[in-house]
Amino acid sequence: MSSPAIDAGRPPWAARRRLSAALWRRPWLKGLLLLLPPLGWMAVFYLAALAVLFTSAFWSVDAFTGKLTHVWTLTNFHAIFQDPTYRRIAFRTIAMAALVTLTDALIAFPFAYFMARIAPPRWRTVMFVLVLLPLWSSYLARIYAWRLILAHDGVLNWSLAKIGLPATNIAFTNTAMWIVFSYIWLPFMILPVYAALERIPDSYVEASRDLGAGGFTTLRRVILPLALPGVVAGSIFTFSLTLGDYITPSLVGNTDFIGNVVYRNVLGLTNNLPFAAAYATVPLVVMAAYLLLAKRSGAFEAL
Amino acid sequence: MRRIRRMHVLVAAVAVALCVPASGVSGGNNGMLASVGKTEGKLNLIAWEGYTQPQWVKPFQKATGCQVHAKYGGSSDEMVTLMRTGQYDAVSASGDASLRLIYGKDVRAIDPKLVPDFENFIGPLKSPPHNTVGGVHYGISLQWGPNTLLWNTKKVKPAPTSWGALYDKKFKGKVTVPDNPIQIADAALYLSKKDPSLRIADPYELNSKQFKATVDLLKKQHPLVKKYWGAAADEISLFKNGDAVIGASWPYQTNTLKADKTPVRDTIPKEGATGWADTWMVSSHAKHPNCAVRWIQWVSTPKVQAQQAVYFGETPANKKACKLMGKAACHQYHADAPTSYFNRIKFWKTPTSDCGNGHKDCMDYTKWQQAWTDIKG
Repeated sequence: MSSPAIDAGRPPWAARRRLSAALWRRPWLKGLLLLLPPLGWMAVFYLAALAVLFTSAFWSVDAFTGKLTHVWTLTNFHAIFQDPTYRRIAFRTIAMAALVTLTDALIAFPFAYFMARIAPPRWRTVMFVLVLLPLWSSYLARIYAWRLILAHDGVLNWSLAKIGLPATNIAFTNTAMWIVFSYIWLPFMILPVYAALERIPDSYVEASRDLGAGGFTTLRRVILPLALPGVVAGSIFTFSLTLGDYITPSLVGNTDFIGNVVYRNVLGLTNNLPFAAAYATVPLVVMAAYLLLAKRSGAFEAL
Repeated sequence: MRRIRRMHVLVAAVAVALCVPASGVSGGNNGMLASVGKTEGKLNLIAWEGYTQPQWVKPFQKATGCQVHAKYGGSSDEMVTLMRTGQYDAVSASGDASLRLIYGKDVRAIDPKLVPDFENFIGPLKSPPHNTVGGVHYGISLQWGPNTLLWNTKKVKPAPTSWGALYDKKFKGKVTVPDNPIQIADAALYLSKKDPSLRIADPYELNSKQFKATVDLLKKQHPLVKKYWGAAADEISLFKNGDAVIGASWPYQTNTLKADKTPVRDTIPKEGATGWADTWMVSSHAKHPNCAVRWIQWVSTPKVQAQQAVYFGETPANKKACKLMGKAACHQYHADAPTSYFNRIKFWKTPTSDCGNGHKDCMDYTKWQQAWTDIKG
């Protein structure tokens, strides 16, 4: 038995052909169809979530029953800007993020330089494994390992005692946080810097030599400017990851970060979601400004 | 085609945002539970970890046919948040959560006559202010315990007898206290004895002057503190590793550290101590209220009270549990202690603006939380 479509004199491929013709005549339609699922996903899960965050930042919570009051108010933002404690916590978080970024850049650059331009290929593989291996183990396991290293009776003080040096007392301090953050995010800095350095053609360096530049001048005037987008790309990771983290401060430090205050307001102790939302906009704004600056320096091409 | 303007996306997103939170939980049944009917076969609980152990949950399921699904709450505030979802039947609320649940109309009143073992409860836990309001019971007490002063006996000599040790510069960088705003009450309790001119009668009811003095004391303590501990396991590792030698603790940590041969001791200092007292409360949205009441009856029986006390290291509300715990455990967990011991404990409750003496100028919990962030910052 034949299908009704053939009976009607329309071959089965006609509809498909018409559709493809329509798509050819209107290229934007093709784009729209392709983009609709990811755009829809973005709109619902990402933009809507952000919108909820921003909207609820202007609400407040009844002090005793802890229920949301849907009345527009600026009190949350007022508290954040007026209260020196919240300013201090925000400043501390941003300063730590900047310090960790700087430290990682200083450690990663020579390492990546050696990896990309000096090491023979076999060494390079070994070094890659060394950089990536920590990422295979749990982030929490590594933080707890650092707790054991830095503790009063930990590995660090034990080793110092063996070689006759006085014990340190850095467990649960900002120094401990700085060390652990720098360690944890280092791979995220090394990889983009390596990618940027590897991309510099040897001919540039040779040309620089031919023009009479010494090793240092070549580094300063050729290598560094070309590697800078890589460093900035890496700094996006180290800076934003430090800015948003609240687990490391609560496990190895003894002071609050922005994330800790947000966490405590969400599930910890007061359930003040509007305030948490308002405070969470601080790192968002900082990161938006940072990304704008990074874009100007061409970091996105180095990612 | 016109490009989608950013403005359109924004408007749409805000519209979505406004719709979502509006659909919250509402309604519910606030009538008093005065009788038990046929069980519903299911029970959803929010409990502290260790409060729903198989050794007493399994026999309960067998006896009543109620299948227990328990979710552990990480903190009092998480428990309050979870209860407000309306998906749970009952909660083991501590005193700093119970009043919030009562005033938030999240829990139902219950007639204590439904619980036969209620008669055997120690007097102070029959109608304590953290679960009984205006003579109406909103839950049945379960267990209680003190917040103690814990120290390393090798490093701290002589043995401290006052909470003042936690504010002593001698222990700079060796002190650990809980990371919890309710800790302000511990400092207020110490000040109430040390500085009588402040006239602190109740460490949870502080007017602005008393509150400021307490917060100032805690700010002075900040440089002495090695670490504000979040979980009991945190404090245990601090004492094990030698990072802390003195701190505020629960009996649970002392028991664990002693079992691990760490040289520690704890005490209730001369000023008295704060403490927790937990209450099982039935949700006003409970879909299985009969199973919930049967559960409360079950955990009030001497046997279950004894099992839980020994498992968790706390004191049962039921006087008859002592015999079943064995003499040593009964003494260790203070189940045989006289009422005077109980009276030295100031139990956690939610601070409100009502001072309880006609004045309404006390600091509420939001202020406590802000002050705590301030102290730590």
